[in-house]
Formats: sequence, structure tokens, C-alpha cells
Amino acid sequence: MTVSKVTGQRFTFVRPSALPGFGITLGFATTYLSLIVLLPLVVLVWRASALGLDGIWKVATTPRVMAALEVSFMTSALAALLNAFFGTLVAWVLVRYDFPGRRLLDAAVDLPFALPTAVAGIALAALYAPNGWIGALFAPWGIKIAFTPLGIFIALVFIGLPFVVRTVQPVLQDFEREVEEASATLGATRLQTVFRVVLPALVPALVTGVALAFARAVGEYGSVIFIAGNIPFVSEIAPLLIVTRLEEFDYAGASAIAVVMLTISFVALLIINSVQALSRRRYEGA
Amino acid sequence: MRKASQLGDVTDMTDTTFDFSGKPIAITAEGLAKSFLGVVAVNGIDLQVKPGELMALLGPSGSGKTTLLRLFAGLETPTAGRILFGDEDATHLPVRERRVGFMFQHYALFKHMSVAENVAYGLHVRPRRLRPSGAEIRKRAEDLLELVQLPGLGKRYPAQLSGGQRQRVALARALAVEPRVLLLDEPFGALDAQVRRDLRRWLRELHDRTGHTTLFVTHDQEEALELADRVAILNRGRLEQLGGADDILDHPATPFVAGFVGDAVRLSVSVEAGWISLGRGKVPAPFQFPAGPAELFIRPYDLTLAHSTGHGTFTGKVVGTRRVGSARRAELILEDGLPSVEVTLPLEHAVLKGEELHLNLLTMRLFPAR
Amino acid sequence: MRETALTESRPLQWLLIAAAVAFLALFLVLPLVAVFIEALHRGIEPLLATYADEDTLAAIYLTLIVAAITVPLNLVFGLAAAWAIAKFEFRGKSLLISLIDLPFSVSPVVSGLTFVLLFGAQGVFGSALDAWDIKIIFAVPGIVLATIFVTFPFIARELIPLMQEQGTSEEEAALTLGASGLRTFMTVTLPNVRWALLYGVLLCNARAMGEFGAVSVVSGHIRGLTNTMPLQVEILYNEYNFVGAFAVSALLAGLALVTLVAKSILEWRHAEGLSTGRRH
Repeated sequence: MTVSKVTGQRFTFVRPSALPGFGITLGFATTYLSLIVLLPLVVLVWRASALGLDGIWKVATTPRVMAALEVSFMTSALAALLNAFFGTLVAWVLVRYDFPGRRLLDAAVDLPFALPTAVAGIALAALYAPNGWIGALFAPWGIKIAFTPLGIFIALVFIGLPFVVRTVQPVLQDFEREVEEASATLGATRLQTVFRVVLPALVPALVTGVALAFARAVGEYGSVIFIAGNIPFVSEIAPLLIVTRLEEFDYAGASAIAVVMLTISFVALLIINSVQALSRRRYEGA
Repeated sequence: MRKASQLGDVTDMTDTTFDFSGKPIAITAEGLAKSFLGVVAVNGIDLQVKPGELMALLGPSGSGKTTLLRLFAGLETPTAGRILFGDEDATHLPVRERRVGFMFQHYALFKHMSVAENVAYGLHVRPRRLRPSGAEIRKRAEDLLELVQLPGLGKRYPAQLSGGQRQRVALARALAVEPRVLLLDEPFGALDAQVRRDLRRWLRELHDRTGHTTLFVTHDQEEALELADRVAILNRGRLEQLGGADDILDHPATPFVAGFVGDAVRLSVSVEAGWISLGRGKVPAPFQFPAGPAELFIRPYDLTLAHSTGHGTFTGKVVGTRRVGSARRAELILEDGLPSVEVTLPLEHAVLKGEELHLNLLTMRLFPAR
Repeated sequence: MRETALTESRPLQWLLIAAAVAFLALFLVLPLVAVFIEALHRGIEPLLATYADEDTLAAIYLTLIVAAITVPLNLVFGLAAAWAIAKFEFRGKSLLISLIDLPFSVSPVVSGLTFVLLFGAQGVFGSALDAWDIKIIFAVPGIVLATIFVTFPFIARELIPLMQEQGTSEEEAALTLGASGLRTFMTVTLPNVRWALLYGVLLCNARAMGEFGAVSVVSGHIRGLTNTMPLQVEILYNEYNFVGAFAVSALLAGLALVTLVAKSILEWRHAEGLSTGRRH
């Protein structure tokens, strides 16, 4: 349907409509978008491009930047993986089971979206510090959580969880009960039904949720810096390094790291979009 | 759009290598009942589908027919009664051990699996010692796809198929587990009229070939009466009548069946001294029919024009006519306050509005009023 | 409970529920509880002292100002963008939708950085602004700009899917009945999207008041002048004034709770007024 709409109006920009206000609303929206979002990003890329590709490469491959990127990406990836597991579990429990407090739990999932990151940061730091409620449990065994990459990981799990839950949950909600029944009538055990029929159907949503959580985690700043300890080469994350460079008035260096991070976020975005497009084409016949 | 081109070959059965082994068994419900949170869906049903029989469960929505089917499949647990598969008590047999081929109304195909994977699923999930080899499973899936006339479509995904094709994939998937019975929930419900008719014939032929004991649910009486060996009519969770098309149409056992099947019109009449008063005339009631209020069911082909007036005839006033196929139907009012009835007339018999016709009643379907 | 072929056994269900609850309690609820306990564990007086502090009051004031500028601007943008995108078919629409979501995939620190590159002393407009004696970076305008950037998509993305689902027939009906374009918008479109609008405003406001990374880069941390509440939390924390930091945090956590409750009420009571993704 959409195709015929487009081909039918090949040479016009907008399909004629009886409704007014297209020009002014689109004009305002694109102008505002360009000024607030696009212009700053373009300037960033322009600023970084003054270094040239090899200049960016040089900045990005200095040991300290490499270490920071590695810390950011490793902890983000591990946190996203843990969230893949627990996010799916939480979504499953919220959709499939009825128990007292279910709605409260459902609402609580969005807490990381609502709680300012700095608040989450100092709360986590207080909890996981060696003298904090949780940190004190591990301290006797010589395990330090806060002020190590483990602390960063904890903060990124906190930040990423709702992304996974909120992308998996609606898909699970809409999953037809009949499909599971069909599997049962064909002789599958419950375990086979879950692992061969239900979970595979969740994969596109899960990949999307994990990629969103990962992208968010890579750029996360507020909730991490308080718990990270920020030791160069150990627990310094890439966004913090940008701030450090800025404070040293090394704008080019900051821009170069920023562009590397932006590129990686866009790759994540691209992955999300292609996974969604692929699964739509294959499984929904769009 | 693709449907039309696929339809040509739906009905001609080509020989396939599919081998259906195993003797068909009877399935029996004994006093079967099911209620959901106090709401009764199935209310004590006794019913047997004979080995190899094709039976339809017919009823209005909410009559309990789908629940009954799901009880047979083990998708619901009965609140009372027993289910027998052959002589075996299957009442508490878990669904996965029942070996029923269940086809869902919207097919419930696995969207993320290819057609071949869908069909092979039931074999893949078998315990290792009962599982055929990979090559054997592939072969079986191919044979089944050929049986349902979708050869070569194994690599497609369900979303890439038409409605009719999906239905046949669902059937192939159900057949792959060598089911002891086939249970089909509104098998044609999700298809458009033309595809429906073709697939109906095809299903009948497939049944005759494979000989499965088959129970299917439908709300379409034409479908039930045309396709099934016997039809079970359900209403409010109870079995109203079980019989062949002739039985059901000509000898409805209950007022509900008389009203539900055929385009019957229900007239409230009263019986006095063996006669029913109808439109300035009288019709004899059946022998020893109790006096008092009664319900009379009239179908268009139950009425004929009377050649003379007299005993057993009555009159109706024409309020409209319409053309139905090769005949003409006149809509008549017998008495003010009664719903209009229809009579089939030969095409050459033109009638005018307001004209009075003398009528005979050929078949008497009379029940005491409840 | 039905048999195990169709659902998990009761004990397994409870096990899974327990695991999910334990995970959420540990990772989400505990930090929230910690905020309030840390704020209160020295009693009420240091808490009140923090709230009476001039710098804290200035931070609260600035936070409110920033939100009061940001939310209406993004609201107008959201309505305009949603009207154009949902009610018309035009080329490049999907590109526009992706661009609107762009700020979500940019690190807050990077968004702050872009404004420094634009308006900072060495920025593109740096010398021009200097000549006119206008300060944007390390001043309130920079904080507002950075906040607008990071909260940019919130309202638009609630409105667009809902208005797309609703289609154009009601507006067309109003026009055929003789209503003007503006009147149609005010009496037909706006009432239809009011809950989604409120939902977007809630999320936008929560983020605007709580934004840290982007604001931190452009603020310059000048006490009493360019500190929002989250920045005040950081300063107090870094000064080892933990009670003060958690006292301000408790206010922000309270805001988060109010947001969550209001959001949940919208999801439960007015699900049909939200886009499909928000109904559960």
C-alpha cells in the first residue's frame, strides 16, 4: 500500500492533503532540529576532521585513550549481556506470571530512566564502597567493587536494564498463546517450547534491547564516574576522558574521542535498524 | 493475489510417497464438562467419533465447541467426565503425549522457522531414542509438503505464504507427528469464500486418503453438512443432536437445531384439539401433540402453493419477492404480529405485493413452547 | 493451574519470580532506598541545613528555570513535528524520524562538548560572542541548550506513533464540518493526544531536571550561578559533604518517584490515550 502511494506521487514532495499546516509545522520542526541537534553535531565532526583521519586515529590509539575505550566497551558489553539475561527474565515474569506486587515491580523497571544519573551514581558508590552495605559484604574476601571496573559494570547494569525489559516485554505480551499450544500438541516438552519456539521469537527484540543498552552504557557518564574511581588505564571511561581533555582545553583531542564514540553508537544504531528490518521482512512479511 | 494461481492445483490429488501408518481409533467423551471460573463452557457431553470418521462440531459462538476440541487435545483439563482414545483413558494424559494433530484457527505457525522447519518440528522435539535421523526428518517433511501440495516451498517463511498455503502448512505440521486423531479448529475460518470452497473439497479428499479420525469445529452449517460424515450440534455447552446431514435437516431433535440449521423462521403458534391455527386456515398437528403454545419452524422449501383451499391449507399475504438462483422466493405474512416466512415459487409464477397465496405445509417441525 | 506442558510448574514459577524480584531489588530498589537512608541517617537537622543553604536554593531555582524553558520548547517542537509526520505523507519522512531520535544515541558528554565547540572561547562563534559580550558556555544559556539537546526527542516520540495510529479521519471530518485548521487542531487533535502529551512532558521534565553529563560539560560549576541540582550533588559529594549530597539527591529521587507514579497511572488509566508501545 505504501509503495503504491509513493509511486503514485513520484514527482511531488508531499502528497496533497485536505489538512492545513504542513509547511509551517515541518518548517519549524526541521529548523529547530537543525539548530539544536544537527548544527552542533556537524561542528563536532568538522572540528575533528581538522585532524584528518590519521589524526583521529593517532588520538584514538594513544594508550590512555585505547585503555579508556576498552574499559568503556568491555564493561558496557558485559553489562548488556547480563541485562540480556535478567532483562528477559524480568520481562518474562512480568508478562507471564501474576503475583502480588507485579505492577509495582513493573513500574520500578523504569527507575533508571527517571532517577537522575548523578543520584544513581552516588547511591551506587555508597552501596558498593568497601564500607557500604554491599561493599562491606565483599571486602573481607578482598573483593573491591566500587572504584574498580566491577563498579562501572554495576552502574551500567543499572542504566541498561530498562532498555532490554521494555523492548522484550511488548513482544512477549503479543506472543500468541496458540503458538505455544501448537508446540505442545506436537509433542514438545515445556522446556523445548520455551527454548525452541518462544525465545527464538524474542531474539530480534532482544538484540535491539541489548544494542540500545550497550549504546547507552558506552556514553554513560553521571552514574559511572562516582563509582569508577577514574584511575587512568584501569577504571577511566571514554566520556570522562573527553571531559578531562576539555578541561585541558585540548578541543581537538576531545572531538576525536567524541567522533570515535559517535561512530560506534551509530554502528550500534545501524545494527538495530537492520535487525528490525530483516526480522520484519522475514517474519512479518512487511 | 497469489492465491488464485495456486488454487488450480489444490483439488487435484497427485500421488505422493507419503505413507500413513497406524489404524485409526475412536475418540470418546463421557459426561465431559468444563467450566472456567464458574462459567460453564461444556456441560456434560457424551460423544463418540468413530474410527476414521470425519465429524463436525457445529454451533453458535459460545456454544462450547472449541472448548470441547481443546479438551480432546488436552489443552484444557475437564472439570468432570472422561476422555477415551480408543480404549485408553486419556483424560489426564498430558497434551504432548496424546499424539493429536491439532490445527489452530489462525494456524499458529512458528514465524521464525521456515516451512520445512515448521513441519519437521514435531519430529525434532521427540526424545532422542524415538527421533528419526536428520535425513529421515527432512524426507518426511518434503513428503508431507508434497501431500499438501506445497512441494518446494520448504525454504519459505510463513509470512511469505498466502492464507490457504499457511493452512496447508499447518495441516502438514499436524500430520508429521503421525497423530492418532486430527482436531481442526475452524479450519477454514480465516480464509476468504472462494479459497474456502476449494480447500473444503481438498480436505475431504485428503481425509479419505489418510483415513484419520477427524473432528473439526465450525460455525458454518453449510461447511459442516457438506464435509462431515456426521455433525454434532452444540448449544450452551450441551450436545443438541448428533447425526448425518439428512437427520439434522429433516429430523431436528430439538427446537434449537430446527431453528439453527436451514434458514428457518420460528413462529409461536398454539395447538388446540389437534390443530394449529395459521393465517385464516388450520393445519393438523402431529398425532397426540399436547395442546397449548408451541413453536413451529418453517424453511423456504417447507411451503408449497396449495391447488385448492380446504383442510390443511392456509393463506399468506405477499409483502415482497426476490430472486434466488433459479427460483423466486416470496415473502409472506401469515398473521399480523408473526414474523414473515418465505415460500419458493417457480420462476414463471409472478406474484404481486398484497396478493394472497394459499399454502400447504410439507414438513412439520413443531415443538412444545418452553 | 494448568499442566506443565503449557506453563511452568508452580515451584519453578516462584523461583523465577524470586530471581527477578531479587535482581530488581538489588540493582534498582536498593540504590533508591540508599539515597533516602543516607540523607536521613544523621537526623533531620543537617538535611534542613542543606535545604536552607543559599547555593542549594540557587541550584534548585536554576533547575526549575531550565526545565521551565526546555519543556515548553520541546513541547512545541513535538507537536509541530508530530503533526507534519503523522498527518502527511512526504519524502524523507523516515529520515526525519531517525534524526529526531538522534540525541538518544549521543553520549551526554559529547552533546555538551558540541556546544562548547560552537560557543566556547575557542569555538566557532566564540570570538563573535566575546565581541558582543554574550556568555553562553559556563553560563545559563549553555545549560539550557545542552538540556534541550538531550531531552529533544522525549515529547515528539510519544506523539508521533500515537498520531500515526489515529490517522487523519477525525481532522478531515472536522474540516468538512466547517472548522478552521487551528480550531480543528485545538478541538480534535489536541484532546486526542493529551495523555500522550502529558506522558512525554513527564519524561522530558524528569530528564531536564536530572541531566548531568551534558550540563556538567557546559556549566563551569560556578556555585550559586551555574549549578543545577545534579551538579550541586556532585560538588557536595566531592567535598565529602555526603549528607548534603544525599539531601539534594533525595529531592531528585522524590521527583523520580513522582514521575514514575504519574507515568504508571497514565499507563494504567489512560492506556488507550498512549501509543501502543506504552500500553501494558
